[in-house]
Amino acid sequence: MTTTANRPEVSLRTGGRGLVDRVGRVRELGIVAALAVLFGITGAVNPEFLSLDSLRDILLNSAIIATLAVGQTLVVITRNVDLSVSSVVGLSAFGGALILADQPGVPIAVVVAGCVLLGALCGALNGLLVGAAGVPALVATLGTLYAFRGIDYAWAGGRQVNAADMPESFLSLGSGSLLGIPLLVLAAVVVLLAVGWMLRNLRSGRELYAIGSNPAAAVLAGIPVRKRVITAFVASGALAGLAGAMWAARFGTVDAAAATGKELDVIAAVVVGGVAIFGGSGTVYGAALGALLLTGISSALAVLRVDALAQTAINGALIIAAIVLDRLLALRVAAALRRRRYRDAR
Amino acid sequence: MADTPPVLALRGVSKSFGAVRALREVSLELAAGEAHALAGENGAGKSTLVKILSGVHRPDAGQILLDGEPVEFHGPADAQAAGVAVIYQEPTLFPDLSVAENIFMGSQPRGTLGRIDRRAMRAQAVALFDRLGVPLDPDRPARGLSIADQQLVEIAKALSRAARVLIMDEPTAALSGNEVARLFGVARSLREQGCAILFISHRLDEIFDLCRRVTTLRDGGYVASDLISAITPDDLVRRMVGRDLDALFPKQDAAFGEVALQVRRLTREGVFTDVSFEVRRGEIVALAGLVGAGRSEVARAVFGVDRWDAGSVEVAGRRLKPGSPSAAMDLGLALVPEDRRQQGLVMELSIERNIALAGLGEVRRGPLISRVAERVRAADWAQRLQLKHRSLSDAVDVLSGGNQQKVVLAKWLARKPAVLIVDEPTRGIDVGTKAEVHRLLSELAVGGIAVLMISSELPEVLGMADRVLVMHEGRLVAEIPREDATEETVMAAATGRPAGGGA
Repeated sequence: MTTTANRPEVSLRTGGRGLVDRVGRVRELGIVAALAVLFGITGAVNPEFLSLDSLRDILLNSAIIATLAVGQTLVVITRNVDLSVSSVVGLSAFGGALILADQPGVPIAVVVAGCVLLGALCGALNGLLVGAAGVPALVATLGTLYAFRGIDYAWAGGRQVNAADMPESFLSLGSGSLLGIPLLVLAAVVVLLAVGWMLRNLRSGRELYAIGSNPAAAVLAGIPVRKRVITAFVASGALAGLAGAMWAARFGTVDAAAATGKELDVIAAVVVGGVAIFGGSGTVYGAALGALLLTGISSALAVLRVDALAQTAINGALIIAAIVLDRLLALRVAAALRRRRYRDAR
Repeated sequence: MADTPPVLALRGVSKSFGAVRALREVSLELAAGEAHALAGENGAGKSTLVKILSGVHRPDAGQILLDGEPVEFHGPADAQAAGVAVIYQEPTLFPDLSVAENIFMGSQPRGTLGRIDRRAMRAQAVALFDRLGVPLDPDRPARGLSIADQQLVEIAKALSRAARVLIMDEPTAALSGNEVARLFGVARSLREQGCAILFISHRLDEIFDLCRRVTTLRDGGYVASDLISAITPDDLVRRMVGRDLDALFPKQDAAFGEVALQVRRLTREGVFTDVSFEVRRGEIVALAGLVGAGRSEVARAVFGVDRWDAGSVEVAGRRLKPGSPSAAMDLGLALVPEDRRQQGLVMELSIERNIALAGLGEVRRGPLISRVAERVRAADWAQRLQLKHRSLSDAVDVLSGGNQQKVVLAKWLARKPAVLIVDEPTRGIDVGTKAEVHRLLSELAVGGIAVLMISSELPEVLGMADRVLVMHEGRLVAEIPREDATEETVMAAATGRPAGGGA
């Protein structure tokens, strides 16, 4: 009886904070709501938008950006950024396609693994620049964004690999599906769940959050900051390599310019998904939902017959709206926590 | 004693940062089952010593001995592995993570596949808080915790490590009497279990209460190591200060003029509440309180860096527009901020440029800045403040801390302010320059400037102030005239204890 005696007070304290904490913890709820609004409105205007084929298309179109957003989240959580992902996708897509076209004997699994490895190497270079040499991530990865693309152009020498040059079995990975779900979507979901689990449940995952939340304290806590940051970049690179293989399988025709400019879509997805750009909070699920939302917006604008020229501007406006909404929510939570400080003290 | 070597010891350790010699040949022995105090004024090198023991800094010379064997700590992880746990003076939490995660970062209980066992982690956190007697919710994020609660999380973190050596750097600074008593209870039981404790506190009664030995540092050098039973508090103060206290604070009496700064019921929601005070010309008013009590925040709001939600500020009878530093400067306010490297100076710019920054309008010739006017202004003030420098065109980051502070002061004094707000004016400044800054503040007051001084150093507060205002958790809780201000009265108000009770 004595042990339970002070429980009511504890539960009273938790009860008072319930709402703030729930909104604070499940930031993804906002995006789910935005998705519901988007699909609701567009579906009401054009029910075709909600058909199975249309939904499958949207998922398929999100798969690559979502995979990249998962990798990007790992980096952003540590208060860094990886701008070079699109160039890594381009390099890996072209390299993979080239091997498949010129060396038909190499097994597909080996090619995909090679793409991932190539991406991981690119990521390792980024990681060393940022983690070991101390170059700010924005500058380092802006540099490698151009450098990797340059290597890609030099390697290609103007050559383009066409779908006809690649084995059918590889292309079927891009178009095929299992139980009605496209294989690329399945791949993205597997990546998402695996990384999501690791970030939540492994010490190293939690340490990434700690590094982004308070870098100085992370050092004092004995966290191997440098090693973790390098690992985050390697993982982002490896996922970009995988995304390159997915790109080649999905589009079939690959030249050196593949995926140019996609890094901004990826970062937009991550930010819209509620991952704090200054690190420390956010989840890969949010980032993946962000990718889904952005793809959904593009598709919806097409379905709603919005002038193609205006689409980009509207897209941008909607992204800003989503971020402002999220920011307002975060401010309210922060204000609530601030007010509570003194209530607690009494 | 000879058979069992000390758990952790320093032998002849020195450490310099640039030109500043933070520690000179310091030795220290921490024995199992013994609480050892480290005493010294601010800037004596205590924090540097802690950071060497915890693996953050590596000594330039000398050895660290673990169980009598020389070791090298390559980083905090090495020190932790050796059983050293540290409660830092400034909490080092991760605001985005939960309280439980903060406690167990790096040592979370794990199940299969290395999966963190959250249930066990939560249960252990609750058990730790029960031991400390505080009902903190382990699931809430660390963001928004009061300083005292943050300190409790730090303590829980150190306890969770089952440390052989526990270092506590002013752990009681932000705690109330009850929480201090609890902490001491825990520290005593750890000591009885054979843990070595290094305890740093500015409250002498705590040192005499808890510790068996005390080592004193002064200006980075080792002074003495004594058995507590063999010395008196007065002996200890003499060892720490090493000189007559009166000489350190050359306070001159000044005649008070009219009210220069009038703050009425100033409130910034969740930061400070209902703060009212006035400062007269010629008066030095100290704003005392614990770290996080809201003192700097009040100064920032008065100067217009942050907005306020309610209340008013008047400078020489004229109402101040909120949230506008330039309006505040026009009315004659000047703010020497807490962090001179980040907020007070542009470190890469030259001395003369920094001094001109707050008065660019006055060194202007038409649309252009006159380098000649800039230099004349800087040379004038450098001489008045006895700035030690090679050339006025040197970047300020080559100057010592004390001389940097003089540059910040020169920048503002060149504007001939009516009210000077100084936030921690002598933090991290060597003793000689410290006295110069104090003499300067005193002369400014005599010259008719109203000075509002925020300081965490009690001797400075007691030595310099005509009147002491004390803040506690965002409220002004006491106003103590110079003749009644003692270490006890100020600390009692600052920790929210009834006067005369705790001490």
